[in-house]
Amino acid sequence: MSGITVLASEGDTWSPPSLSEFFPGALLFEGTPFEMNRIHLIAMLMVGLLSLFFVLAFSKPQLVPRGVQNVAEMALDLVRTFIVDEILGAQGRKYTAYLSTLFFLILAWNITGIIPLINMPVSATIGFPVFLALTSYVVFNVAGIRAQGFGRYLSANLFIPGVPKVMYVLLTPIEFLSTFILRPITLALRLMVNMLAGHLMLVLFFSAAWYFIFFPNSPLQPLLGIGVFAAGFAFTLFEMLIVVIQAYIFTLLTAVYIAGAVSEHH
Amino acid sequence: MDPVNLAEITGSLAAVGYGLAAIGPGVGIGLVVGKAIEGMARQPEMTGVLRTNMFLGIAFTEALALIGVGLGFVWQG
Repeated sequence: MSGITVLASEGDTWSPPSLSEFFPGALLFEGTPFEMNRIHLIAMLMVGLLSLFFVLAFSKPQLVPRGVQNVAEMALDLVRTFIVDEILGAQGRKYTAYLSTLFFLILAWNITGIIPLINMPVSATIGFPVFLALTSYVVFNVAGIRAQGFGRYLSANLFIPGVPKVMYVLLTPIEFLSTFILRPITLALRLMVNMLAGHLMLVLFFSAAWYFIFFPNSPLQPLLGIGVFAAGFAFTLFEMLIVVIQAYIFTLLTAVYIAGAVSEHH
Repeated sequence: MDPVNLAEITGSLAAVGYGLAAIGPGVGIGLVVGKAIEGMARQPEMTGVLRTNMFLGIAFTEALALIGVGLGFVWQG
């Protein structure tokens, strides 16, 4: 940290990255409700690429898969094996479509954070995770209501069996809060803050490396800059891991919520 | 008599706050992963289930540290 404080004290050349990173200026349709900045464009680009990939892979499906279809089938099979079958079991296969979409959409929106020249994780802006979390919220509640009926679903979630009746005064509000309010909030926040922290860390390393190497105050600073750049590179590799793990965790939690809503007792 | 400032500290209080906020989740994730690996070593056939549950536990534990990251940026001071 000492190198950073040295630079920050100089004031006008370098300032640490802040939240303004995530609110870039408008690029298209400025001043209208459809105003778009580069993050929106990246989001649409990734959705387009993702759709293109799966359309190409499955436009002419073969019984014995080759090429792109092989890759896409392996990817979909991963979600089905490690998330759907593991958590929901065989009767949860109908949620495979939603969960796979969720996984690959989050992966596509996360991975832009480490793609050179794009360098901005779409899911680090709160709107996208909130949308995904609300969708998951609707999906697991509808799944529970369909499986058990509205009244039984609510009572199964709000009144835990096997505790003294007096305790419901305390337990029911807590259960309501944690199941119906905190679940979507934590889903969205977990994804958003993870990507935000990762992006800020990378910006910190690479901008510090840039100033150390190209605007040194002492002959030793370029050497330090190379060290900082190496650390930034290492953290990029670390981000690769985080990108996949966050997509996995979001999908896994949605599957767990669906499983909890569908089962009669939990 | 003017107060004498013997130890002035300048900098971001948010960074100190985040340092404190990271202690609990750090210990927590360590416990979760450590116990999961212990379980895997004892019963290798349960590895799949344990790994899934380990990630679930990490996700819940980690939420606190992440809220710490977020709040540090919201109230910069």
